[in-house]
Amino acid sequence: MAYTEEELKKELETKEYEYGFYTDIESETFPKGLSEDIVIAISQKKQEPEWMTEWRLEAFRVWKQMEEPEWANVNYEKPNFQDISYYSAPNKKPKYNSLDEVDPELLDTFKRLGISLDEQKKLAGVAVDIVMDSVSVATTFKKTLAEKGIIFCSISEAIQEHPELVKKYIGTVVPQKDNFYAALNSAVFSDGSFCYIPKGVRCPMELSTYFRINQAGTGQFERTLVIADEGSYVSYLEGCTAPSRDENQLHAAVVELIALDDAEIKYSTVQNWFPGDKNGKGGVFNFVTKRGLCEKNAKISWTQVETGSAVTWKYPSCVLKGDNSIGEFYSIAVTNNFQQADTGTKMIHLGKNTKSTIISKGISAGQSQNSYRGLVQVNSRAENARNFSQCDSLLMGNRCGAHTFPYIEAKNKSAQIEHEATTSKIGEDQIFYCNQRGIDTEKAIALIVNGFSKEVLNKLPMEFAVEAQKLLEISLEGSVG
Amino acid sequence: MDLKDKLLSSFIAFENNVDLDHPVHEVRSEAIKNFETKGFPSKKDEAWKYTSLNNIQKVDFSVFPKKESALEYRDIKKYFLHEIDTYKIVFVDGVYSSYLSETTHDGVDVCLMSAALTKPQYKQVIDVYFNKVASKDETLTTLNTAFSKEGAYIYIPKNKVPKKPIQIVHFATGNEAALMLQPRNLVIAEENAEVQIIERHQSLTENEVFTNSVTEIFAAKDANVDYYKVQNDAKTASLVDNTYISQKDNSVVRVHTFSFGGKLTRNNLNFYQNGERIDSILKGVTILGDKQHVDHHTLVHHAQPNCESHQDYKGIFGEKSTGVFNGKIIVDKIAQKTNAFQQNNNILISDKATINTKPQLEIFADDVKCSHGCTIGQLDEDALFYLQSRGIPRKEATALLMYAFANNVLESVRIPELKTRINKIIANTLGVRVGFEL
Repeated sequence: MAYTEEELKKELETKEYEYGFYTDIESETFPKGLSEDIVIAISQKKQEPEWMTEWRLEAFRVWKQMEEPEWANVNYEKPNFQDISYYSAPNKKPKYNSLDEVDPELLDTFKRLGISLDEQKKLAGVAVDIVMDSVSVATTFKKTLAEKGIIFCSISEAIQEHPELVKKYIGTVVPQKDNFYAALNSAVFSDGSFCYIPKGVRCPMELSTYFRINQAGTGQFERTLVIADEGSYVSYLEGCTAPSRDENQLHAAVVELIALDDAEIKYSTVQNWFPGDKNGKGGVFNFVTKRGLCEKNAKISWTQVETGSAVTWKYPSCVLKGDNSIGEFYSIAVTNNFQQADTGTKMIHLGKNTKSTIISKGISAGQSQNSYRGLVQVNSRAENARNFSQCDSLLMGNRCGAHTFPYIEAKNKSAQIEHEATTSKIGEDQIFYCNQRGIDTEKAIALIVNGFSKEVLNKLPMEFAVEAQKLLEISLEGSVG
Repeated sequence: MDLKDKLLSSFIAFENNVDLDHPVHEVRSEAIKNFETKGFPSKKDEAWKYTSLNNIQKVDFSVFPKKESALEYRDIKKYFLHEIDTYKIVFVDGVYSSYLSETTHDGVDVCLMSAALTKPQYKQVIDVYFNKVASKDETLTTLNTAFSKEGAYIYIPKNKVPKKPIQIVHFATGNEAALMLQPRNLVIAEENAEVQIIERHQSLTENEVFTNSVTEIFAAKDANVDYYKVQNDAKTASLVDNTYISQKDNSVVRVHTFSFGGKLTRNNLNFYQNGERIDSILKGVTILGDKQHVDHHTLVHHAQPNCESHQDYKGIFGEKSTGVFNGKIIVDKIAQKTNAFQQNNNILISDKATINTKPQLEIFADDVKCSHGCTIGQLDEDALFYLQSRGIPRKEATALLMYAFANNVLESVRIPELKTRINKIIANTLGVRVGFEL
């Protein structure tokens, strides 16, 4: 942290929402509302094959029958699904060969976001597939990846070019009728990322996508599908920022991971969408379904840093189907002001000798509510299943709340399950100790929070870890009581 | 006719036998309305996700026993803690048995709910306490409230301690093919009073029994209440036990639940801390086999600062049994400096056994220490091997380790004879003789 005290203080004072600007790019936006016609229109717009249109319609019909879930520990005004425009694409949509061809306004946006494409290209070796309002507009490093046989593109491109892969795997982990928001996403998803790592290939770089919600009143429904074939490895990064808007914006993504025999997928997320202002006005609704399927000896690891969104409803899960498969979940969820987060994971042990680890750190400040909700399920045939869960909550101030809802269901006698949860505040003695050594209270808190979250931060890829650390500090601005 | 309809129509018959002008009757009428709207809980209710009452609702229970039944003390002696002298409040098929009971009015009131609800000298206490902490919303509690008429009434005035512990025992004789019982208990310990209570439900035949019991406990300032629930009933008996406890400043309430028997047991144990420096202690040992099902639902609501709660539940599940633990701790905004601890350890000893556990924290205050721990595992193979290598057969070694596992829950039992008794029940349940007292 190369900040001087003054700088940090100034930054914290002026900090509203750092990334809250709005890029004026001409968009082609569908009329508001949702019907079969709209679903068909989205599908046609994207020139999708008939089976895909049918698949979307099937999802839409199921969705119409479903009711919005209410079990989560969050309160919010339900979105009006007929008041949302389900498709918006940046108007100019050429395929770029180099960065020079990219709309300068767009490039400027990324610069302000701190994502310099060329810098990342050179320094970090990250291929970035940027989703700007639902349509991918820039793809880099494709060539390097193509040499290894890795497919990394937008999902609409994949539907065109690799229909056999998409058809085989889409909806296998998160079926269309899985839940209300997954069904909605299946019907109207506009774009997203697709990634396929061939047998035995170790992806040489961190793959990453930045999602952004732009354009007033357009919900974003991405669909991500990552397939790691036998013996392959991929680390996938996903980071999010969105401009300030008063209107609540809906975000219902679906992420499906498939790790075939001996494969490993590491999926990291930093989520920093607009959390609403100090009075709890505005902010993004984040209702996400993320799930991974592990075949034999496979491993899926979820790491997430959640600092944004007004309402978060997110449970990255692992279905440990194959014997000896491993699922991991590392999470930091920070809520401030009026934010509400209900997040956690599900570990479904089906195969023998399956292992799962859950480390969840919740930090609540202001008047926010932070809940951990998790399920560890050991089925009767899952011999020697092993789970370790730890959920720690840190409370700042007496107007916030921390909640834990861990569900543990064991049906096999050889299962070994441990669950631990603690709730505490930052000790006055800890702050005093720091003060004594010349560290002011604000910084001391940042230090302690970083220490509290270290187990999870350590799991993030380097580039993200730095960003995440900074995010934690910013998110907790002014929470020192 | 399903059970709900039967109960609703029985209420009209019930009204013929009670004083309709008594203020409690208004409470009953209110309660039956709530039950009428809500009915029996289903699996769709979050609190009943893992426990189904469907099979119970299919049984044609008689709500009022038709004939009186007499029991000989020598036949049922073994169900009492007879090693020590105690006050006894005994009910046979829901009817008070004066022959088997030993009540008192000597300084303290250890008597009957039916008396308390009808006699004018108790009216003041009933007005202040009756149905004041029990939920007016939870459907089975309101069902009990609607039919509240009989049960134990224990009133300990300021600075008093009863001379001996109190046993509350409910027998079901099996004279009815299927019997539903709804006892209602009220325990009040005034300032600086102390009381020890042992409660037991016992069915004497294979006929079906369903008990829906509600107990309200009030512990005033500095009061000290020990409540032991011994659940070792016949395998055809089902029990829903709702206990509501309200505590004031400096009071200590300990509830021990020993669940070994019964077909389906559901314990709803709710602590409300309405004062400072309160200590609430919840302990439980559950050892199940067969197709038994035990569900522990605990709630500790910390509403004032500087209080503590300690929960420790151990479970051993064999054969096709199912165990459920749902422990909820709520800490209000003003309840700073709360220390709340919860521990739930389980051992599965059979492939068909299931355990579902959900330790839940809801915390709104920042200066608190709250933790919960939950484990599911097996006995340590190394420890078993160690014992076997020293000549202890595997079966006994297993039992020894299980004893050790459950033992720290027993440590806080303050009646030594009861502790011995529980140890014997554990030994019987595990089917071993270890040959010495643990």
